[in-house]
Amino acid sequence: MKDVIRLAHGAGGKTMNDLIREVFATPLDNRYLRQMADSAVVEPEHRNPRFAISTDSYTVRPLIFPGGDIGSLAVHGTVNDVAMSGARPLWLTASFILEEGLSIATLKHVVQSMAEAAQEAGVQIVAGDTKVVERGHGDGMYINTAGVGVVPEGVMIGPDRAQPGDVVLLSGTIGDHGIAVLSKREGLAFETDLLSDSAALNGLVESLLSAAPLVHCLRDPTRGGLAAALNELAETSRVGIEIEEGRIPVRPAVAAACEMMGFDPLTVANEGKMVVIVPPQEAQAAVEALHAHPLGQNAARIGFVTDDHPGLVLARTGIGGRRVVDMPLGELLPRIC
Amino acid sequence: MTLTERFRDPEAARVVVDRIRARSNRPVRLMEFCGGHTHAILRFGIPSLLPDTVDLRSGPGCPLCVTSAEDLDHAIALAEVPDVILTTFGDMIRVPGSRTSLADAKANGADVRVVYSPLDALQTARQNPHRPVVFLGVGFETTAPMVASAVLTADAEGLDNFFVFSTHKLTPPATVAILNAGEVALDGIIGPGHVTTVIGSDAWRFLPDEYAIPCAIAGFEPLDLLRAILALVQMAEDEDPTISNTYARSVRAEGNPAARQAIDQVFAVAAAEWRGLGTVPRSGLQVREVFRRFDARYVFSAAPPPSLRPSGCRCGEVLRGVLSPPECPLFGNACTPRNPVGPCMVSAEGACAAYHQYRGWPS
Repeated sequence: MKDVIRLAHGAGGKTMNDLIREVFATPLDNRYLRQMADSAVVEPEHRNPRFAISTDSYTVRPLIFPGGDIGSLAVHGTVNDVAMSGARPLWLTASFILEEGLSIATLKHVVQSMAEAAQEAGVQIVAGDTKVVERGHGDGMYINTAGVGVVPEGVMIGPDRAQPGDVVLLSGTIGDHGIAVLSKREGLAFETDLLSDSAALNGLVESLLSAAPLVHCLRDPTRGGLAAALNELAETSRVGIEIEEGRIPVRPAVAAACEMMGFDPLTVANEGKMVVIVPPQEAQAAVEALHAHPLGQNAARIGFVTDDHPGLVLARTGIGGRRVVDMPLGELLPRIC
Repeated sequence: MTLTERFRDPEAARVVVDRIRARSNRPVRLMEFCGGHTHAILRFGIPSLLPDTVDLRSGPGCPLCVTSAEDLDHAIALAEVPDVILTTFGDMIRVPGSRTSLADAKANGADVRVVYSPLDALQTARQNPHRPVVFLGVGFETTAPMVASAVLTADAEGLDNFFVFSTHKLTPPATVAILNAGEVALDGIIGPGHVTTVIGSDAWRFLPDEYAIPCAIAGFEPLDLLRAILALVQMAEDEDPTISNTYARSVRAEGNPAARQAIDQVFAVAAAEWRGLGTVPRSGLQVREVFRRFDARYVFSAAPPPSLRPSGCRCGEVLRGVLSPPECPLFGNACTPRNPVGPCMVSAEGACAAYHQYRGWPS
């Protein structure tokens, strides 16, 4: 018999327990998970902690892509969402929805990669769940992760805190993840050496906040890309944002793929980048802190916040023209001509 | 500096903009035929750099937008035939037919798959030998050679489950139809770069010769477009219309003979139904009789009910250059990318979508 997921793996009996022990328990091991209780009981170090809590589901296709896989992505994505409040992520939960017929080898690969991503990010996966759905009812595997972190004292970061005069920073090149995943998708495949930028940003956030504790906003431009992230910040803070397109770092391979398919790099997904909005007096320190970290080497100052045109993001284009950067719509689809 | 960066150099752009400003005295209305040009023009903010004397109008060069509601309804009916896998270029699935869209059909269980090339559709056919795989062939002279080549490959391999639904259209006859209708006075045409790479710049010779209208073939980078606009302004000022090829790194006078031959081998020229232009003689490509076994129009009997007319939609006028998108009363109100009424607001190459997405800075 082929070594694949069967419905019995989700039925709550011995087969399921074997799977949990064999595939999940060892790579993800920690003192909370080891108890195999119905819930994990955790103890924060601070006396009066403020918690940051986030949850996200991951449905990427293909499951394994250049530079990562659904497992590393499920750790990085939720760690990053927690870190975007300035919090130090501590614990994750992981919930797997497996499709009947998924190869156990693929599952092991994904769990191993989650374990490595969690270790690298300094978080523990403290609770989990597995369900199996019939063949044809899932794209191989979906993962949901939830994350809890503790916000350090004095840190006040939120999407509503951007102020006119603030400086807008970007931690590195955009579009790497979206284009790397697309390059391997059935029917759209093309040759590129590009890797996803999928990475945990909590270390970068920590370095940033120790140099620039007054940061107003952090946002990771995932789906919808930089365009969506900036629009959300402009809308929530009721301010305008102006950016210089020429200052936004884009890898040549991403620029070329976007040209070929008619995409705007500003709308392509990232999984290891962040937008930083910081008061002007801390902008220089913030840029230097980002540059000093391996994940922020290509960081750039890309624009500023203004009280003109609240809710709108405007760009000066590379050739000096002006345009609105709109909220992107739906899935990116390649053009015809 | 990479090749692309050379065509985005701000200093070089400023020099061309200054020359346009210095040369332009009389007001000119220039039409960019191609939807890709409309998008590039707005994405790079080119209108904000031009003098008031230069008015840019979008033309019918969005392949999805000019696909008739009848053809779309027919394609949706094909997708709903049991076992059929309908493969299509991405954008197409969002464009509304007269009742629903391919995206709706997909959500309701039809097997609609996005591919980047008809050769990928061919691969889908090889992998699914027991299911009919239909490729929805939309586009102009740019996509037709790839589709022709897919049919020739299927023929050579003896694939019997690959079919093409051709709604391919030809660009020069559409331009003639717009000029002959006389609804909009044009002082110059920005010729489509990719189309002309296939058909050759000589195919536009009729514009200066018969209509005394200058034509500049342009690429898709900002400097390509600015140089084409400068060439058209100069020719209009000098009243000396001719063909200017500002995309010489891709376009030859005679085009691409191999691509043209592939089209000719598989397709015959026929009248075609255009959204916005109606029936235009000798403006479409239908599969030749000898390749009929690959022609989805011939092989499948799926027949949709008569198409409905959308109410209030003025995409037709936008596609003819009569109306600039912001002049449409629905633009930005009843019709937005989120809730589109017509195809020009849906397609990534549609003029309304481009004007909406990249609208200029509020003054």
